[in-house]
Amino acid sequence: MSSTSANGGVGGYVYLDHAATSPLRQEARAAMDPFHDVVFANPSGSHRFSRVARRAIDEARDVVAEVIGCRPGEVVFTSGGTEGANSAIFGAVRRNGGTAVCSVAEHHAVLHCVEHVAGRVLPVAPNGALDARLVRDTLRDGDGTSVVSVMTVNNEVGVVSDMVEISRAVRRRAPQAILHTDAVQAACWLDLRDIWPHVDVMTLSAHKFGGPKGVGIMAIRDGLSLEPLIYGGGQERDRRSGTLNVAGIVGATAALAVTHASRPVELARVSALRDMLVQGLMSSVEGCSLTLSGGAAVPGIVHVCIENLENEALLYLLDEQGLCASAASACASGAMEPSHVLAAMGVPKSRAMGALRLSLGHTTTENDVDAAVRIVADAAATLRSRSGTAGAR
Amino acid sequence: MKILVAMSGGVDSSVAALLLREQGHDIVGVTMRLWGGESDTGCCSVSDVDDARRVAQQLDVDHLVFNFSDDFDAHVVDPYVRAHASGVTPNPCVECNRHLKFDRLLERADALGFDAVATGHHARIDTDGSGALRVARGADMKKDQSYVVHMLRGRALERTLFPVGGLTKADVRAIATSHGLRTASKPDSQDVCFIQSTAGREGFLAKRIAFNPADVVDTDGRPAGEVSAVELVTIGQRRGLNLGGGDKRYVVDVDVKSRRVVVGGEHDLLTHDVTVNELCWPHSDDKPTMPRDVLVQGSAHGARHAASITKASDDSVRLVWDKPQRRVAPGQTVVFYDSTDTYVVGGGIVTS
Repeated sequence: MSSTSANGGVGGYVYLDHAATSPLRQEARAAMDPFHDVVFANPSGSHRFSRVARRAIDEARDVVAEVIGCRPGEVVFTSGGTEGANSAIFGAVRRNGGTAVCSVAEHHAVLHCVEHVAGRVLPVAPNGALDARLVRDTLRDGDGTSVVSVMTVNNEVGVVSDMVEISRAVRRRAPQAILHTDAVQAACWLDLRDIWPHVDVMTLSAHKFGGPKGVGIMAIRDGLSLEPLIYGGGQERDRRSGTLNVAGIVGATAALAVTHASRPVELARVSALRDMLVQGLMSSVEGCSLTLSGGAAVPGIVHVCIENLENEALLYLLDEQGLCASAASACASGAMEPSHVLAAMGVPKSRAMGALRLSLGHTTTENDVDAAVRIVADAAATLRSRSGTAGAR
Repeated sequence: MKILVAMSGGVDSSVAALLLREQGHDIVGVTMRLWGGESDTGCCSVSDVDDARRVAQQLDVDHLVFNFSDDFDAHVVDPYVRAHASGVTPNPCVECNRHLKFDRLLERADALGFDAVATGHHARIDTDGSGALRVARGADMKKDQSYVVHMLRGRALERTLFPVGGLTKADVRAIATSHGLRTASKPDSQDVCFIQSTAGREGFLAKRIAFNPADVVDTDGRPAGEVSAVELVTIGQRRGLNLGGGDKRYVVDVDVKSRRVVVGGEHDLLTHDVTVNELCWPHSDDKPTMPRDVLVQGSAHGARHAASITKASDDSVRLVWDKPQRRVAPGQTVVFYDSTDTYVVGGGIVTS
């Protein structure tokens, strides 16, 4: 069995589930270390230890602002992507009234908020992306839309939205609306400085780019007022109360800085691995087809559908052979739910049943890809051979 | 052996897993997510899944969740709803065992390379004179579940294990307690899992089918009152008929199509025979040798009544009771046991 680099921390196994979470980067671990122990203070205090912690937060904020292309004062640290999405949508609706709009392929962190405020959910194109023309045709000035939320990169199939055109449509049709983008899956693959000028609020999740879990980053454009989700000590300029998670923020920032600096190299490296993976799957797995054709997805996500296979059974065999992958999202019990993204794309249920997402990241190697192709091909063949009915229905 | 253990989060399946583990088998626990709608225990019974997973962790075995909710809807819930709309009262637990716990799970276990599936049912598997496997009563008669697994036979039985079937419920709880399993004192599950206790069967069906009022008449055809939902009336029912006082009266016939409910005294409920179809014999592959004298059980823990079986048609039989019995509602499962009441010799569904 091939293994990922030591950095992956999953020795002996092939980890192709980076879109779910990416292993902690060494740089993040190293940056966090002192704040677990030596520099333990609350950054809001007034003594010398607090000042050290405060300085770490201030410096982190500067680094994050640099990566996003925003001002340091526009950066708010949160507990993760879900808190960011909730803050953007509920914050806008509670402050300005009106309602929210999003696409049906959004992550549940956005979709369920929009549904909660009885907002409008727009259909997507067959590739899973929201078409800017639909935004233009749907929104009207004075229609009560206070926030529009569109993900930059879809977490299941990896399709990239045209945020420039979507932004143009929102500005023209609903100039009063705040435009939020869930950029959680974008940070590894897209230069956030190209997206920020077109949106009002951007939310990130640290563990998707090699930072710790439980830390999120939100950029909120200056002058924009969102009703806070959390009240308390008034941290983060009254935008998000709660004692700052110093170690987490420092770790998230270190991971983001490495992600940003290495992005051009990683894009080329992971794109080549992605091409190998796709070619391998197509040539050795019977009935396997790419869900998105030609260049519509970020290089980190390979989404395929394998005909006449149940992915619940397939994933078990992949796991047994040491390949960590995923299919769709899971409900609270851990049961896999049929993908709302594939349904929105019009993928028939019979095909969606065989959906498989392999997602690549900073620890992925050529060996991982070779092993993954072999394991998927073997598992699919095994399921088919074990009977006409077993696995295939 | 490599065994997939169906773990519901209850004490019986927890102990089933524990026993197999102690016997040195290579086991994986699985909880089936069956009902996706509202229930008494919340979204997909998360707390039951938690219990199953925590027990699996305690036994240091992997735990999986399989989402079979589409199959559950198609094979259990939809037929249950449709049956009520046509005036038939089915047993959804039997259908769940037939289609989900065994058909679907056995098929999945095959696909994943398991040798067998185990559950926490209180039933046993033994062999007849010819060496063929058959379902037998569990050791604890009060908890016996051979009724709901009576349909298993042949290849399914070869790959099925009931590790607690030879134990009493008290034994099972004692084992769970001595091993510190968190499910040791969890109450037994009751009733139909997809029906909330607050809304009941009526509330569940009200969202899914139209209720129609019906006239209630006595056995001579004289009007006796009316009911607002004929679909909810079951043969043998005594309560909820709004007939005022007087003698005890029971539903002796329900005709959904003509919206008529017939009530009568207890003697009117008695019948000499009952017709049964959708038959299931242990030796389905060969020509079934139809047993003659059997003990018949008409509900999960119901009393047994002696009857003899005669062929009614190619796919149905007539049970002639030794002594007149109360009518059984169409749709109910009846299971036939041998005259010593120890093993299953067949079963089917009542048509009239």
